[in-house]
Amino acid sequence: MAEQARGKVEVNQDECKGCGLCVESCPPKGLTLSPELNHYGVHPAQYHAEICTGCGICYFVCPEPGAITVYRLAVAKSEVSDAATV
Amino acid sequence: MRQLCKGNVAVVKAAIMAGCRSFYGYPITPASEIAEYAALLIPQVGGTFLQAESEVSAINMVYGAAAAGQRVMTASSGPGISLMQEGISYLAGAELPCVIADVMRAGPGLGNIAPEQSDYFCMTKGGGHGCYRNIVLAPSSVQEMASLTMLAFELADKYRNPAVLLADGFVGQMMEPLDLELVEPVVPQKPWAVKGDLETRKNLISSIHLTPDLMEAHIRHLEEKYSECERNECRSETYRTEDAEVLLVGYGIVSRILRSTVDLARQHGVKAGLFRPISLWPFPSKALATAAKSAVKVMVVELSTGQMVEDVKLSINGSMPVEFYGRVGGNVPSAEECQAELFARMEVLV
Amino acid sequence: MSEYNVSQCRTPVFFDRFERKDENQHQTHYCPGCGHGVAHKLIAEALGELGLQDRTVMVSPVGCSVFAYYYFDTGNVQAAHGRAPAVATAVKRSNPGSIVISYQGDGDLAAIGTAEIVHAANRGENITVFFVNNSIYGMTGGQMAPTTLIGQTSTTSPWGRRPNNEGFPIKMAEMLSALEAPVYIERVALSDAKHIMQARRAVKKALQLQKEGAGFTMVEILSPCPTILKMEPTVARHWVADTLIKQFPLGVYRDRKPEFEPVLVPQKGVAELLGISGKRLSDEERHARRQHTRAKTIKVSGFGGQGILLLGQLIAEMGMREHMEVSWLPSYGPEMRSGSAHCDVTLSHDRVGTPLVSTPDVLVAMNEPSLRKFAPHVRPGGVILYNSRQLPEDLKFEGLTVACVPASEIADQIGSAKVSNVVMMGALLEATDCLPFTTAQAVLSGLVKNRKLAEMNEKALEAGRNYLDTEVLVGAVAGPDGCGE
Repeated sequence: MAEQARGKVEVNQDECKGCGLCVESCPPKGLTLSPELNHYGVHPAQYHAEICTGCGICYFVCPEPGAITVYRLAVAKSEVSDAATV
Repeated sequence: MRQLCKGNVAVVKAAIMAGCRSFYGYPITPASEIAEYAALLIPQVGGTFLQAESEVSAINMVYGAAAAGQRVMTASSGPGISLMQEGISYLAGAELPCVIADVMRAGPGLGNIAPEQSDYFCMTKGGGHGCYRNIVLAPSSVQEMASLTMLAFELADKYRNPAVLLADGFVGQMMEPLDLELVEPVVPQKPWAVKGDLETRKNLISSIHLTPDLMEAHIRHLEEKYSECERNECRSETYRTEDAEVLLVGYGIVSRILRSTVDLARQHGVKAGLFRPISLWPFPSKALATAAKSAVKVMVVELSTGQMVEDVKLSINGSMPVEFYGRVGGNVPSAEECQAELFARMEVLV
Repeated sequence: MSEYNVSQCRTPVFFDRFERKDENQHQTHYCPGCGHGVAHKLIAEALGELGLQDRTVMVSPVGCSVFAYYYFDTGNVQAAHGRAPAVATAVKRSNPGSIVISYQGDGDLAAIGTAEIVHAANRGENITVFFVNNSIYGMTGGQMAPTTLIGQTSTTSPWGRRPNNEGFPIKMAEMLSALEAPVYIERVALSDAKHIMQARRAVKKALQLQKEGAGFTMVEILSPCPTILKMEPTVARHWVADTLIKQFPLGVYRDRKPEFEPVLVPQKGVAELLGISGKRLSDEERHARRQHTRAKTIKVSGFGGQGILLLGQLIAEMGMREHMEVSWLPSYGPEMRSGSAHCDVTLSHDRVGTPLVSTPDVLVAMNEPSLRKFAPHVRPGGVILYNSRQLPEDLKFEGLTVACVPASEIADQIGSAKVSNVVMMGALLEATDCLPFTTAQAVLSGLVKNRKLAEMNEKALEAGRNYLDTEVLVGAVAGPDGCGE
């Protein structure tokens, strides 16, 4: 069984405007723009791979207040770097 | 006990009595004493005086203090009032109460610092952009500089609207006995204010209404408020109008001169009376029509080329001739001069 | 499998749903990739972390961010274009415990609002300014900003910004750092994750300083405007990194507290401050207390420095103490500062009509020009008091009482030219009998604290009275060579 990712990302497909800043900023490149259009006619971001470190960069570069939620693995909390120290 | 006091100083004393603890202003003759005395007195009762970098900033500071729930005032004269018009429009649009003292001087442009009454239009009809009104009160004595300042604070809060004390250089600069009695000011609660606390966190002070329907609803709301103000707040006084055949109309310093003219005219056998609007907006149209009942003609005197006369004509509504006599540039007619002008017009009219 | 916990999510400093917004209430009105959204997020997050949400008032003037109040669940005040620092100044001073943010764009802060920001900074207002500089006007559709780069095209700089026409991009962080009062000014950029994290620290530091009451703080935020720059959001961000930062170098421009001792104003009660004492008297009560007085209209004239206005005030004050109706009207303005000065005093037993004295009962002329100017208007039977031993030879007045009183001369003998007006007051009271002498003495002694000057005033008053009594026969017709011989 593959090691569980240290973090995960949820993108609110309804709030995302598809600007792609999170896609470009994600250090492990775990985000892409969906090939599907959402109902505003944009390609929203989506988390596609189990490689999130939970760094939170995508959250801070995203211009929308709640389009992105970042999670961290409970046990791994002390091991990951806080986004603020990047 | 009475104290000999300058009109401009009386404004500041009255403001303090009314619970005003915020003054933001910029000096300009002949209103400067208001800022000077506010600077001297208001900090001594724990209030804020700030000389702004311009009248534009001063009125926006007034906006900020009013938004934060303060009783706040500023004072200026013609050129400064022109600069404040943007802010006054915002205050009216955002329904913020404040008091603005305009000690009028001669214009247009830099004009001069002598008294005129040429800000009547810009204060009673708007002056800034949009459909709004200022409540405008016109004192004619030092005592009234005080009493109408206090009333202005009261009305501003009652209607959540700017209220203007429209004085002229004479009333501002002259000294008369001022009789003040200590009363606790009644400042209403302002649950709409933004005070930077939990209670008022949800509040918003704004004049933006992006969609036409919301904007119209807001303007209609203001309109209704102004109608209510017109119903309740017309103020005026009369002198010897009961049997008056000619009615003199003037406000502010002019009403004082015309009071003397009435006596002079009566000494010469002419039954003259005086109607003096105290509130210029709302304009006391009904009271004027009543005062003019026994008259066959009206003469308006202003320190302008004719501004209030338009409202007088609207009030009289064509029922009798309305004559006008104006002096400008800082020239002020004497009671005798007004009497001569009245008699000259009577010969033509009778 | 371990559980995942939320580490970064929508902060409650933002509204849950943007109900003040007309449509799409779940997302902002900002364009995709707009820097405002990120700046908002950094501010909201800092407010939450510092526990300031309840105390915060956001002031948002004109620009794309005029609708900041859609989003921030804080107190909100919308302001006119460029005026936010003035509005914020008063919001803060009205409630010093509040945390006040002025959120401004480049057109707002660095063009139309230049005066307001400079002076708010210079006063050291304890507010925090977030200055979003994206080098272009966004809301109005791509016009030139004061921060537009040289050569950068906009709808109002179609040939590119030309230094010969529009000057150079304005550097606000540097400019404001030249002032004494600001405590913290930093320029940051929303160009990439690393810089955004630096911006995050700057935003928080500025708010922390305000919380501590430190003084004026500003963070200039270089920000992408993909729509107006006609760039993909990622490209716009790179443009900020590669181009905008070159013109506007990042860094801390100010981080120190100015040293000064605050000067405090002594406090007083309202009654004491405003001189409110005793009870109000009714008209009847006042009439009953009135001593012997006469109604008079008086014009006092002369040149600046002769105490003209003060003499008028003293007479008015005396009339008031004698429970009369009085008014005092000065000539004011430049006239007051040089050359001639005059004032009108009315002493009346009834409500004063016009305070303007065009035909005085009494003229006090302290010099010749004012005598020539006003004497022709004196009411028949009136009194002229002229500051000289005799009238100019060519002047003759029919039907008037003229008293020549060399007040300046007498004052010099007493010891100060300053008291010439008091000499004249003594003469005036004697000539007109309008007010009691005792009242004059009381008013004068109340006015002057200096013992020596008070003695001189007493002497002057007495001298004026005596001169009129002994040297001038009031009531006689004045000849051109003297006074009432």
